[in-house]
Order: sequence, then C-alpha cells, then structure tokens
Amino acid sequence: MKRTLFGLLVAAGLAATVALAADATTAKPPLGLPPVPIPADNLQTPEKVALGDKLFDDKRFSATGQVACATCHDSKKAFTDSPLRTSEGIAKAGKKLTGTRNAPTVVNAAYFDVQFWDGRSPSLEDQSQHPFVNPVEMGLKDHQPILKIVRSDPAYVKAFEQVFGKKGAQVTMKEVQQAIAAFERTKVAGDSPFDRYFYGGDSKALTDAQKRGFDLYVNKGRCVSCHRIEQTQALFTDNRFHNVGVGINDIQKDVPELAGAFLQAKATVAEVDVKVLGDKRTSELGRFAISRDFEGLGAFKTPTLRNVAVTSPYMHDGSLKTLKDVVVHYNNGGVTKEGDPVNDFLSGGIRPLNLTEQEIDDLVSFMEALTSPEYASLPSAARLEVKP
Amino acid sequence: MNPIVPSRRDFLKGAAAAAAAGVVPMSFVKLAFADPAQDFTFAYISDAHIQHISGTKFVRNWDRGLIRAVAETNLLTPKPDFVMFGGDLGQLGMKEELDHGAEIMSKLRYKTHYVMGEHDYYLDLGEYWSKLFGPHWYSFDHKGVHFVVLNSVLTYDDWTYNKWPSAQERMLQMAGLDNPNGSPFMVGEKQRAWLKADLDKVAKTTPVVVFSHSPLQKLYKGWNFWTEDAEEVQAILKPFDKVNVIYGHVHQIQYNQIGNISFNAVMATAWPWPYPNSYAQAQHTMPVLTVPMNRADPFFERDATGWQFIDVHTGRVALKYNLYNNTARTVAWNPATGKPEDTVFQDPAKRIPPQVHY
Repeated sequence: MKRTLFGLLVAAGLAATVALAADATTAKPPLGLPPVPIPADNLQTPEKVALGDKLFDDKRFSATGQVACATCHDSKKAFTDSPLRTSEGIAKAGKKLTGTRNAPTVVNAAYFDVQFWDGRSPSLEDQSQHPFVNPVEMGLKDHQPILKIVRSDPAYVKAFEQVFGKKGAQVTMKEVQQAIAAFERTKVAGDSPFDRYFYGGDSKALTDAQKRGFDLYVNKGRCVSCHRIEQTQALFTDNRFHNVGVGINDIQKDVPELAGAFLQAKATVAEVDVKVLGDKRTSELGRFAISRDFEGLGAFKTPTLRNVAVTSPYMHDGSLKTLKDVVVHYNNGGVTKEGDPVNDFLSGGIRPLNLTEQEIDDLVSFMEALTSPEYASLPSAARLEVKP
Repeated sequence: MNPIVPSRRDFLKGAAAAAAAGVVPMSFVKLAFADPAQDFTFAYISDAHIQHISGTKFVRNWDRGLIRAVAETNLLTPKPDFVMFGGDLGQLGMKEELDHGAEIMSKLRYKTHYVMGEHDYYLDLGEYWSKLFGPHWYSFDHKGVHFVVLNSVLTYDDWTYNKWPSAQERMLQMAGLDNPNGSPFMVGEKQRAWLKADLDKVAKTTPVVVFSHSPLQKLYKGWNFWTEDAEEVQAILKPFDKVNVIYGHVHQIQYNQIGNISFNAVMATAWPWPYPNSYAQAQHTMPVLTVPMNRADPFFERDATGWQFIDVHTGRVALKYNLYNNTARTVAWNPATGKPEDTVFQDPAKRIPPQVHY
C-alpha cells in the first residue's frame, strides 16, 4: 500500500515538473533516485539528447582538435578520466596540459544544485561553456570555432534545425549548451545493490560486510550527514561545501596572501575558471573563490557517492588513490597522514572517528555497493593502478 | 554570507537612507558624520573554554573553535585596531588550559586585551591569569573612546574564601549551572570605587565602552547571566552620553537598552547556550526574545558558535557576528529607536527557520 502511494506521488511529481508524457528519456527514474529536474526552458527530446551526445564527443571543439568533453568524461570510465588524478587537456609542445582538479563524473550530475567542485556554475547549461575556453582544458580563445562548425557541418545544421528550429547565425552557444545539458541529464544511474536493499526490500542485495558498513555510514562514521540518504531517495550529497582538510592542508601558510590577493582581484566567474584550474595554490581556496567568505575557505562541494568505486582517484584534487585512503583520511579527522597538522578552517563536522581496521574495511565495502548495473563491469578502485 | 571585508560602507549607507526618509533628527546625522576618521574596528573573541584532559591532550572541539576564530580574525581587511578576548579562556582555570589558550591566541597579529571569566578565576583567584595577561581590571583610550575592562565575576568573600575545602572544589562549584551552592557574580565595592575614580577623569561626552564577562544587567540568576551589583555599576555609567557594555558568558546574541546604556553580548567559540527563561524570583531586565537562535545542527560542531568584529562609529558600536553554518548578523545602534537592534532579522520572512532533526 505504502509503495503504491509512493509510486503515485512520484508520477504526480513527474507530471507537474514538465510535460514529460511523450518523453522517452525521462521515464521513471532508477530505483533510489528522484525524477531528474528539467528546466522549463530546456525540455528533453530524444533528438536534442542525440545532438548533445554528438557535441559531447566532438574533438574539433578544442584548440588542438584532440580533446572533447568525452576525453575527461569518458563513457567507458563512468564518465570520468579515471585513473588520472587531475584532467589532461590539450597538448602543448608534445606535453598534455593538466588542470588542478579531478574530473567529476557526469553520471547523476543533473541532481546537483550547482556545478563544478567549487559550485561556480549554476547549471549544466552554464557549466558546459567553460572547458572549451579554459587554457588547460580545450584551449579555445573564444567560442567562435564551435559556432563555425555547428553552423556549417551539414549533420549539425540539420540537427539544430530539427531540434531548435534554428539555422545559420540563429544557432548560438545557448543552443549548443542546452543540447549538451540535455544529454547529460540522461546520464542518471541508481538501482545499485544498496538501492535494491534499502528501497527495493531485497535483504540479500548487500553482503554482511556491506550491511555493517551501512550501519557505520549512518552512525559512527558520520558519512550520511553530508552524503545524504533519505527515506525515498539518495543523492549522496547535501549540495553544500565543506573544508574536509584536502588541498588546503598544503597551503595553510599562504592562505592570508592568497585570500587577500583574490579579494582584491574581484575576478569574474570566467576569470576564476582560468585561475583555479591554472594555479594549484589558488585552486585550494575552493569555494572561497566564489563565496568570498570565511565559510568557503578550502571548502569543496560534497560529491555524490554513487558509482564511487569505479571513479578513483578521489577528492577534488584526486590526491587519494583508494576508497580506503579516503576513509582513513576522515578517520584521522581531516588529515591524510595521522598526526599532521589540521587546517585552521576545517569544517566543524570533521573530527576523528576512532574506526577500527575492520570498520574501515566495512565502510569501503558499503561504498562498493553503490555501483549501478551499467557500470558494474568497470574495474573497482581496489584493483586500479593509479598514475602518480 | 560572512563577508571578510567589513562593510562599514553599508552601515553608513543605511544611516544615510534613514536620514533621507526623515526618521532621524538632522542634529544626530550631523553628529554621526562629524568626524568619520574616528571610526574604527576591533575584533572580539570570547568564551573559548579550553579544557585540559591529560598530558598534552585538550578537548579538540574547543581548541578548533578558538583556532578558527584566531585564523579568521587574522584575515580581516581592513585590519582591526585591536582584539578583545571576553573571558573564559580556560574551563577550570588550570595553568595548562591558560597556557594552551594563550599559545593559540599568540597567533593573533594584533594587540589583544583580555577580560577575566569565572572559569579563569576561581581556581587561583586569577593569579596565573594575571601573570599571562596583566591586571584584573583596567582602562585604556583609543581614538577618542574610553574603554574599561572590569572583572565582574567576583562574589561574596565568605563564599570565595571560607566555604570550600579546596580551590578545585571552589572552581567546580562556580562552573555549575542552576547550582544551589553557587553564588552571584558582582563587580564589588572596591572595583566600583576604582571605576568611579577612573571615569571621573573622562568627559561626559566621551563615548565609553565597558567590557565585562557577565552581563552587568540582571537576566537569569540560575546561570549567572547576572551581576548582583548591576544597578550600582549602571549608576556610575549613567552620566555619560554614550555607553556600550559588551559582555561574554552567555554564548549567544543578546542586546538591550537600559537608559543610556546599550548592552551587547558576544558569541562563544566553544558552544552555544539557549535563551534562558526569565527569572521570576526578583525583578529582572531580560529583554523579550524577538528572534530565537537557529537551533544548532549537532553534526557541525561550530554551528551556533562564532566571533564578531565591531565597528565603533562615533561612539556607537555595531556588532557584526560571524556565525558558522549560518547567515552573518549585525546588531547596530538604531538611531530611530535609540537602542541596539538586529533590524534585518526582525522581519519574520528573513529569519532562518529552525532546523528539525530526527
């Protein structure tokens, strides 16, 4: 009875969000996930999604013709560039340029309130324009080369006309970004063993270690306070920003100088984009680059944990190789190496957990139960060799 | 949410807007803008409650609160002229606690003045504290403002000297809340005489700012949100045009106006206290609670704690509260009503709804 009622509520919610009746791409969400939020001015259509997919894969949208969105968000790697620590962009003098941050998965990114590790972008639409023109990512000087291609390549001309009813100069970056965002909104994945256990009522979906890990996750481990699980769905994020003692620990002495310089500079979001991916020390200021307040110092967005086992390495800078490393970092109260100094601005939620070795392993097992069927064949973090 | 650059400009803008609306008498506006060069800022950190466990171990949560406040204060631009510490640096007055607290405070890049709290005092009656930080009460002048620091946590001699078998026992008894064996705080006759003599040298038009640990007004006796001789102290302050009393101890935002005296409380870096029920046994001056504190999220240990920087604007203080996991708040002198107010949060629509935890 309860489940039926819930089903009805979900259905009602779907109908209310947008007119989705004829939309195959936004069918019933996977187990454990709510309906994908769709902006009213960018409704999903199969044609738009297909166009977005094509744009996502197009390497011509880079200065060297060698980097596409899909380079760092590879569908064969759960839409990340695992096992790279930080993403590789265009090559200069035969050497690939690298940014400062680990490529987050596109999978379930549609559920985030804001995009990028520091939340500097308000939507998937907005987000998609930045990597094209970032000097260490796709390296274009401006978006003109993209517009030139989509306005002249016959396949694109046809597709943009079909999807948006626009051609020639009518096709702008807005349509390009909308199509990419629409494609990304189809990359949602739930139905993990955890979902089948917790929402599907299948008590055998988790192993004993995973069940113990789940208990630790919501109790002693304190994980659930930020990586949220709710009664009807689990996004595994609180959509907030926390200083968890990664990255900022390396620049503690420089914070006054860096923060001061940043406040003086009054950078725009586009300038922030270039600055934080180009300079490791500035990158570690985290959310501060946007919020310009104390709370943001060294803080980064809580990532989802769905499919986390197949997207190593971890944290905003990819500095932790395995899930066990991550749990140990939290167990130490926000330092990777026990006994290292804690940073002054550490989020108040982070404190030593006193987990035993067994408990640490159980928590890792639990996180391995968050992999969706479509990514279950990928090698799990435990078996990956991570490039230094 | 919590701007690092104190927006004095916003405060001035607000004052100008009020003047344009015809709410403020022109004479006051003239006075307010008479000499903006006299405006300055200082920071206020309070109630750290550094607590010794054993050896080199201290309670981590209280350490982190003070460490963070110190680090953030160091980032203020423009720089505050000085920093006040509002008392209760230690938890049980131990040398280890005061030393550890002083070490954390030593990272501050500014001149710092200290106020005595009962948790600093009742083990050795402030002896070790005095070695570290100087006299128990004193005054100083800064940019045309007279600052007075009082030790308001004294009590009856009989309780202090005769009642307890050991100094440790005395400290523990005074640290308790709702303790029938406790004793009310007071400034005391000797210190009141000093205060009177000190203020006799100050022109009545000079703005006076008094720092005390306890409120210098009678709020709630059971928790010593209370100063037994508050009326006598207030009487000494009465002849002055502008008096601001800033106190710690209560671990929450409070503000009140009694006659010419504006009262402002500061946040603790350690933990929050709730707003007490008013004390029915005797007349009290507990202001009506108009804006309840947002309930602290127990997960975020810094939630409902904070520190503040204070604009002194021609003798009136505006307290800007830096509140973790919360929106920053400002309690400023409201020339229209003649008392300190948090004007933004009076509007129910602007309040943060209390959090609910299951």
